[in-house]
Amino acid sequence: MNHLIDRRLSGKNKSAVNRQRFLRRFKAQIRRAAADAVSGRKVSDLERGEKISIPAKDLNEPQFHHGSGGRRNVVHPGNKDFVTGDQVDRPPSGSGQGSSASQDGEGMDEFVFELSREEFMNFFFEDLALPDLVKKQLSATPEIKRVRAGFVSEGNPANLNVVRSMKTALGRRLAMSAGPREALREAEESLAELTARGEADSEAATLLREEIAALRTRIAAVPFIDAYDLRYTNRIDQAQPSTRAVMFCLMDVSGSMDEERKNIAKRFFMLLYLFLTRNYERIDVVFIRHHTVAMEVSEDEFFHSRESGGTVVSSALELMLDVIRERYPSGSWNIYAAQASDGDNWHDDSPRCRELLQGAILPLVQYYAYVEIKAEQPQSLWQEYEQIADPGFAMRRILDLPDIYPVFRDLFKKKAAA
Amino acid sequence: MSGYISEGSEWTFELLQRYDEEIARVAESYGLDTYPNQIEVITSEQMIDAYSSVGMPVGYHHWSFGKQFMATQQNYQRGQMGLAYEIVINSNPCIAYLMEENTLPMQALVIAHASYGHNSFFKGNYLFRSWTDAEGILDYLVFARNYVAECEERHGVEAVEEILDSCHALMSHGVDRYKRPARLSMAKEQARQKEREDYLQSQVNALWRTLPTRPEKESAERLERFPPEPQENLLYFIEKNAPRLAPWQREIVRIVRKIAQYFYPQRQTQVMNEGWATFWHYTLLHALYEQGKVNDGFMLEFLQSHSNVIYQPPFHHRAYGGINPYALGFAMYRDLRRVCEAPDEEDRRWFPDIAGSDWLKTLDYAMRNYKDESFVAQFLSPRLMREIRLFSVLDDDEQDKLEISAIHDESGFRQVRQLLADQYNLGQREPNIQVWNVDIYGDRTLTLRHFMHNRRPLGDSTEEMLKHVARLWGYGVRLESVDENGRVAHTASCQIKPA
Repeated sequence: MNHLIDRRLSGKNKSAVNRQRFLRRFKAQIRRAAADAVSGRKVSDLERGEKISIPAKDLNEPQFHHGSGGRRNVVHPGNKDFVTGDQVDRPPSGSGQGSSASQDGEGMDEFVFELSREEFMNFFFEDLALPDLVKKQLSATPEIKRVRAGFVSEGNPANLNVVRSMKTALGRRLAMSAGPREALREAEESLAELTARGEADSEAATLLREEIAALRTRIAAVPFIDAYDLRYTNRIDQAQPSTRAVMFCLMDVSGSMDEERKNIAKRFFMLLYLFLTRNYERIDVVFIRHHTVAMEVSEDEFFHSRESGGTVVSSALELMLDVIRERYPSGSWNIYAAQASDGDNWHDDSPRCRELLQGAILPLVQYYAYVEIKAEQPQSLWQEYEQIADPGFAMRRILDLPDIYPVFRDLFKKKAAA
Repeated sequence: MSGYISEGSEWTFELLQRYDEEIARVAESYGLDTYPNQIEVITSEQMIDAYSSVGMPVGYHHWSFGKQFMATQQNYQRGQMGLAYEIVINSNPCIAYLMEENTLPMQALVIAHASYGHNSFFKGNYLFRSWTDAEGILDYLVFARNYVAECEERHGVEAVEEILDSCHALMSHGVDRYKRPARLSMAKEQARQKEREDYLQSQVNALWRTLPTRPEKESAERLERFPPEPQENLLYFIEKNAPRLAPWQREIVRIVRKIAQYFYPQRQTQVMNEGWATFWHYTLLHALYEQGKVNDGFMLEFLQSHSNVIYQPPFHHRAYGGINPYALGFAMYRDLRRVCEAPDEEDRRWFPDIAGSDWLKTLDYAMRNYKDESFVAQFLSPRLMREIRLFSVLDDDEQDKLEISAIHDESGFRQVRQLLADQYNLGQREPNIQVWNVDIYGDRTLTLRHFMHNRRPLGDSTEEMLKHVARLWGYGVRLESVDENGRVAHTASCQIKPA
């Protein structure tokens, strides 16, 4: 007896467990590849999957097999003009007849596969040692909230708003019966008048009575509730973060900031960006780099070009103030700023930076974070900044990636409490 | 009214049913003996799933299956690779998967190929009959999956994974090449498993007991080797004798070994099995065409797929990757039929017994009683060798150049045929490695011997492999490569610190 079975609807993710096993087993390699991928990405472009490739030799499954060498005979099809006893040069390995030993494991050098967005984010977070709660909040897709938006005349019964419908019905009844009720009142008054005059049995009175009866029937015939009285509660989708923000990235690009420091700085900026995407619908990013003079640049230039020379931090702060005045009035924008530096500054400039921050910038911005990356000793800028006491200001020295997160802790707490 | 079963290329379940009935009718008229069929329609995603568990419908969890899955998925999504049209499982009833994306002619091809071709091969071939148990395999796989899952719960995923890794590495050396296994079924397995655990442990303990024996007896024993005869089944030897494996680890070794054994006949009969299925889908669908059941459009589509399947690029072609088993097998069965039906003088000389015989009986006999190696050695005709222009190349690392050792001519036929047959001999294709000795009175080192054939050395994975063997054995492992004169040409070893 033969059976024909439709299995299309039975489970399809049979391999999900095996896939997870694979990811767990090669975590170290995948994490390295993911870290490289992060370095190649834009600050605002963190949230998507990634194609990961890891060296195939790291994950091969060995078997006992023959190596090259020794003496062997191999049979091939498609002889053209060979005759027995011909001597032929060895072909270069990997092509033609010599390559038939495919069990020697020739093939791809790289094993390539896709990480989903969640998986990729997990690897990113792991480096930064984020607490679980934060990871969860950051990796959740922005939620859409359904909010009330008045009442509509069409909808499904579950959303029927009784009070509103009754009110409309009442209004309609009043409106529809207004004319007859006026006439009824007049007729009743006339009848009362006639009755008072003792003419209750007159012809006029009879007519009036008939009119009154007709009017009463008419008023009673106004429907108590009708289809077009019905009102339904209306709800619409509203994206939860609904305001806009601008994020300033300030970085020292003087000679002392090497690639490693820049990479740490980049992750710092990325994380801030991620935090902001949870709270704001639209985010602009402004990159300002500085050595002795500051410049607004594209992201690519920001991370990859290299300058030398001294450092005047205040130039960047001044430029930032200019940009704020010009393009991002603080009334309609939430302003965040993140500054990364190795702490070097021209000595006389540091007090000026503090003044600028305290006097001009901090009143305008929601939050200002300063990180000093891999500085052996607290530098002059640090010592000046230490004197600033403002809830919207955070600073930290970063020696390694896990140090980044605490910078955000204050910011995050504040947001959670609000 | 036309008598066609269908005109379009969209399939429906009713049409599949009708095709199956028609194909079954024709197959019966040719005398194909099959298990009952269970045809399942699945999606491409499910096909990828099935793919990555080496075609087992249920399997235990392991990262290597995940790797296979991701590679397949990646290649499929980027369009670098089509999926196989079908997967068929050697079980009773015989399960065949059809992919929903395929057109109706493709589905009909797959039904003929898998449900009648492969199915009858599974039921008829002597290797499958004696090595595999179609009734019990699904039950056993369920047992295996549950057992491995239970071990993971009790001993941790990592510990189980380590054992599985090592067992998988030794899978191709975990089969009995000559001895017949006992039949397996879930009920018996479960009942016996506990018993076996206890018994095995006591046996092993006896073998390794550390109580001193009497001196005179000891010296007599010392002359005896252990094992007395070399053993080819490394996993079996480890399962029975490795001193430090826990009972559950032994059971896992056994599970991997059983599964390796189950797939062993498939590896030995690739050419025969695929050739047989291809020959029958070709023959069955042609019969339907001749009976006016399918139209020209159907046949064109079918022939196009069919000729893709049996395409054999010549050796100098970019796409050449060795001999295509579908092509060779199909050509050999066709040729065999020709020898029976219209033999010429050469055929009568080479195949006096079968030239002019009943082709159905001859093919059935060949299908039942041979494996690739002997099938080629017995039935490859000179005419076919000429047609596909077979030649053999000698690659000797002591010579500067390659030598063409034989071609498809009168003096070379026998040699080419023998060489091709050898090529399908798994015993020659895989290195011959056997358990040689265990130092039971000393440090318990396990010595393996690799018997070199034609001076061919082992590949670069050997070091890695010895680590796997050592992990299972629990003590040091030595590997000696022995050349044809019995001299030890090369040794490798892996020491393990006694815990």
